[in-house]
Amino acid sequence: MSKILIRGAKVLGGEPQDVLIDGSLIEAVGTGLSDEGAEVVEADGKVLLPGLVDLHTHLREPGREDSETVLTGTRAAASGGYTAVFAMANTFPVADTAGVVEQVYRLGQEHGYCDVQPIGAVTVGLEGKKLAELGAMHESAASVTVFSDDGKCVDDAVIMRRALEYVKAFGGVVAQHAQEPRLTEGAQMNEGIVSAELGLGGWPAVAEESIIARDVLLAEHVGSRVHICHLSTAGSVEIVRWAKSRGIDVTAEVTPHHLLLTDELVRSYNPVYKVNPPLRTERDVLALREALADGTIDIVATDHAPHPHEDKDCEWAAAAMGMVGLETALSVVQETMVDTGLLTWAGVAERMSFKPAEIGRATGHGRPVSAGEPANLTLVDTEYRGSVDPEGFASRSRNTPYEGRELPGRVTHTWLRGKATLVDGKLT
Amino acid sequence: MQRHLISAADLTRDDAVLILDTAEEMARVADRPIKKLPTLRGRTIVNLFFEDSTRTRISFEAAEKRLSADVINFTAKGSSVSKGESLKDTAQTLEAMGVDAVVIRHGASGAPYRLANSGWIDAAVINAGDGTHQHPTQALLDAFTMRRRLVGRDAGLGQDLAGRQITIVGDVLHSRVARSNVDLLHTLGAEVTLVAPPTLVPVGVETWPCEVSYDLDSTLAKTDAVMMLRVQRERMNAAFFPTEREYSRRYGLDGDRMARMPEHAIVMHPGPMVRGMEITAEVADSERCTVVEQVANGVSIRMAVLYLLLGGNEPALTHARPPVSHHHPSNERSAHTPSAAEEK
Ligand SMILES: [Zn+2]
Repeated sequence: MSKILIRGAKVLGGEPQDVLIDGSLIEAVGTGLSDEGAEVVEADGKVLLPGLVDLHTHLREPGREDSETVLTGTRAAASGGYTAVFAMANTFPVADTAGVVEQVYRLGQEHGYCDVQPIGAVTVGLEGKKLAELGAMHESAASVTVFSDDGKCVDDAVIMRRALEYVKAFGGVVAQHAQEPRLTEGAQMNEGIVSAELGLGGWPAVAEESIIARDVLLAEHVGSRVHICHLSTAGSVEIVRWAKSRGIDVTAEVTPHHLLLTDELVRSYNPVYKVNPPLRTERDVLALREALADGTIDIVATDHAPHPHEDKDCEWAAAAMGMVGLETALSVVQETMVDTGLLTWAGVAERMSFKPAEIGRATGHGRPVSAGEPANLTLVDTEYRGSVDPEGFASRSRNTPYEGRELPGRVTHTWLRGKATLVDGKLT
Repeated sequence: MQRHLISAADLTRDDAVLILDTAEEMARVADRPIKKLPTLRGRTIVNLFFEDSTRTRISFEAAEKRLSADVINFTAKGSSVSKGESLKDTAQTLEAMGVDAVVIRHGASGAPYRLANSGWIDAAVINAGDGTHQHPTQALLDAFTMRRRLVGRDAGLGQDLAGRQITIVGDVLHSRVARSNVDLLHTLGAEVTLVAPPTLVPVGVETWPCEVSYDLDSTLAKTDAVMMLRVQRERMNAAFFPTEREYSRRYGLDGDRMARMPEHAIVMHPGPMVRGMEITAEVADSERCTVVEQVANGVSIRMAVLYLLLGGNEPALTHARPPVSHHHPSNERSAHTPSAAEEK
């Protein structure tokens, strides 16, 4: 493999430097590096980040290839600057056996746009009744370490306790979709002022917070680590902050959309804003930003949830929940966290690469940009501003809440182990 | 007025008063030997009902026919509601037929809003009740009924309901009638109090332009009109209240409670009533109960809405005298328009 010299890149937002890639590794980082025998990429003051890692992606394959496949989803990931994504288990069939997780893992490897690390289901068929073969999935070629029934909550306290305990044997973690099911029957949106007016079934914050409170206490009791998916309320932030102050081994993620959008948008009854957990209030949004800045929330995860057009081109109640996010995540984080002064680019690298890779034990990802490390890199034009055009998405689905919205930043290059997957904003 | 009627909250005070005044003109048509106006001749209106409601559909149909519109009834209840495409597909089918207005009833909150705002069709959209969101023509007919009874049929022309005390009792949480009435009555200057067990009041009600009380008895003495909402018996299975008996004891309107209301105060109900639950037969059948009038007034209101949305440029009544100069016997009870059920 040939050499690539990235010249004049602000590594993690610092002073411009050159980064020399040789094969799959970073050979050197410094100033005035020789371009001899190297293809040169003029970074011209763009920001260079470690390849982004998404701990929460729905790739839909197998089963819903009409909305996304491993190929289209990983192309979307590469477009968004990602070099690794964790694929959620709620496929058809459910990723609750070694066979299914290996299939998804191999598809990712074959396509070569982005590493795909499958997440295994906690319970058989996501039914919350019987533990799936967690150990077999861990021992498979996919070496699963993250387990989640995402889309559904592991609501049975005993099953949750056992899962938390069981995965300790191999360093696994349970990622909880915190949603008390009885409190959210018929839920259509955040329960509050807007739901009262619109007459849509409410999804109360307490349905999330009560499960998080229970699970951090369970994790403390059995000495396990637990990860909270898409934390969405100010109250959840307080519970996680309290748990961390107690030394409980909890990590938490927030989605880009919960950092930017509020339930006021639901007044349009446009199902593009229908998502689970639902968009909350301004107060929640500000609390989430603050928590992401101070480290209470560890990471940003997209909850990229593709849906075909017809599942959103209908009345609110009939529409599917979820939004695509891989191709807009970094822009939304720049808008809400960097341009607001809450985070530096180094802070973004921590929350969108280092930490998610660490939580998910994604070896080779989330590494420092320094000599000898795998060349998983993302180059971002942070000066760019443009409006979001879903027609340009690599994802098979278009269900973005940002259509037409002006957002800052654009990923121009992505390298996966030294191989360019995105060049000048175009997939290779 | 806007092109569509989706929510009572979209109406200004002047819009609402104009509709009520126009409805009074429409009501006079019912006094004529020939109860038809040529206003909407050649216009096509579809009644698109995804949810069973014979009462509302018949009321709209009567209004449409009295205005000489061509009427298509399309009932698509049950299976089609579960999958969303049907609304869009059905709408586009109707659009292809050249429909001028769609009167839509749908179980999903926001379906009429989507229909009006998603670019699926060009026709005017009139919300005939969506989920637990809105039912604006119900609120208008309720306001019309209140104005006639509390202000007067002629004295009411051009007037709103400023300062009137209105109490709405029952399952506010699941009621589009309550939401629409709070919005419209507030716009018309009335003071609204919602009364319900706390389980049947939505979280978020604090921003509504009304008072909330959990105690019916304390509100009755100062109320000008009390509106009893239907309470479905199934609600007690979801623990909204313990038993039917306890509900009616605490929140039902019986003769004793009615006797504590001011002399002039009226009892309203959007129908259908659950006798023995929210209202006793004695109250339902009393002179103070306006349920039958509300049905009749519904036709006039819907005529007024259709006329203002679709035929706005032509005078409603080609031979009518201006409403302000018109004097009519002020005995409101005799001023019935034919009820919807009489219309064939
Ligand atoms: Zn989830």
